Amino acid sequence: MLDTEFMRLAFAAGAVVGLLAPAVGFFLVQRNMSLVGDGIGHTAFAGVAAGYLLGVSPVLTALVAAVAGAVGIEWLRSRHQAAGDQALALLFYTGLAAGVVLASSAGALNVNLFAFLFGSILTVTREDLVVIGALGFGGLVAVALLYRALAGVVVDEEGARVAGVPVGALNVLVAGLAGLTIGLSMQIVGILLIAALMVLPAIASGRVAWSMRSSLLLAMTIGLASVFAGLTIAYYGDLPPGGAIVLVAAAAFAVASLVDAARRRV
Amino acid sequence: MPVAVELAGVSFAYRSGQPVLTDIDLTLEQGEFVAIAGPNGGGKTTLVRLVLGLARPDSGTVRLFGEPAHRFSRRATLGYVAQRAQLGGHGPVTVREVVSSGRLAQGGLIGPLRARDRAIVDDAIADVGLEGLARARLSELSGGQQQRAFIAKALAGEPSLLVLDEPTAGVDVESQESLALLLDRLHRDRRVTTLYVSHEFGAVETIVDRLVLVRGGIVFDGPPQSLPSEWHDPSHAHARH
Repeated sequence: MLDTEFMRLAFAAGAVVGLLAPAVGFFLVQRNMSLVGDGIGHTAFAGVAAGYLLGVSPVLTALVAAVAGAVGIEWLRSRHQAAGDQALALLFYTGLAAGVVLASSAGALNVNLFAFLFGSILTVTREDLVVIGALGFGGLVAVALLYRALAGVVVDEEGARVAGVPVGALNVLVAGLAGLTIGLSMQIVGILLIAALMVLPAIASGRVAWSMRSSLLLAMTIGLASVFAGLTIAYYGDLPPGGAIVLVAAAAFAVASLVDAARRRV
Repeated sequence: MPVAVELAGVSFAYRSGQPVLTDIDLTLEQGEFVAIAGPNGGGKTTLVRLVLGLARPDSGTVRLFGEPAHRFSRRATLGYVAQRAQLGGHGPVTVREVVSSGRLAQGGLIGPLRARDRAIVDDAIADVGLEGLARARLSELSGGQQQRAFIAKALAGEPSLLVLDEPTAGVDVESQESLALLLDRLHRDRRVTTLYVSHEFGAVETIVDRLVLVRGGIVFDGPPQSLPSEWHDPSHAHARH
């Protein structure tokens, strides 16, 4: 399997995505914002379509759209211009509608677009890997350096705000990282399923972890294992990698739930 | 005695227009332990938000240690224990992780805590009697123990003002009184100005210096002993004697 260059590229990019998506999604899950990734994904879809229409890299336009959408939803939420779920709905449907209209205008409602929606192991190029590696590493470093601050806001957002911690800036950072993650991950997992890779490992790890730190590290481990197993299944089964990866992550959740149930019974 | 908190002629209404607080004058001296009580909807939480500088009054002034509350420069020294229902995130978190987050403002946002900060965290955990449970998951503790963890979090910030908003919500009477004894000891040991806000005050009325009853305005402000007998909370043993 690794004799072919496209699989080596897919695994290398997948390693970054498998670690970054749960690392960022962890903080969304902890703050009861599990579905935000879906809303951002639909904005990324509009970005891909805009890229086709403008004749520039759809990856680049999706990245810009995803980060802008993520920061926008946080702005709406924090300013109480809309309740969390309303801000999400606004982004979700506007992104989807804009994507369909732009893609149709560009004549791009075709197989290439489907590769972005559901992921494709054939689409990662060496240039993509450089971008995914560099930005993904930057995202992971940001999470590592600011872990204590991000965790502190999760534990007690109001208390942190009272003590003068820049809660608004940290929330925008998480939103920006979520947009970045989705922009980087869409070729591997697909726009429609990337949010699942951000959320499912974090939910699974929460069932069996013994602390917040262990929960984050376990989520990243599950994310990485899900990507590697999913890519392998996709290669041998000729399946879309996004679906295979997310089903492996869902299986990890089922196993974690069984372990949790057995532990409670003891 | 220097002043910690000062509200002068404060009125506040939300956008709907109904006034929540009208013409409040209130002063807390440094080192005082004051309970603010009153019915739900009486304006207690709004009062807390004004004191902490999270909201600004429509009229009047709110000052913290001599500075306007909304521009208070030493926010890291404000310890705040929010209502329990709002705390803790949605995943596994240990007592030590909760308390460590109380050093965020002083310890800096980037990188791990330094040795001195970790020692302060350990002291705070010991101070509330949870040293044996530092590694326990918060969700495995009783309501009273969880509240102690969040009080330790506030203490880890070495506060000059400690504000507790409905700290006994959802906690049984026995745990309320145990919490009150803890607060009494902490107040005597640390001499931190403490503002205890709750719809019920029975657990703390024998230990606070002053009791303030709020119902849109201040309807009582004085030592608990001066409170009319029919206003005492009968669910607490001391009130029945």
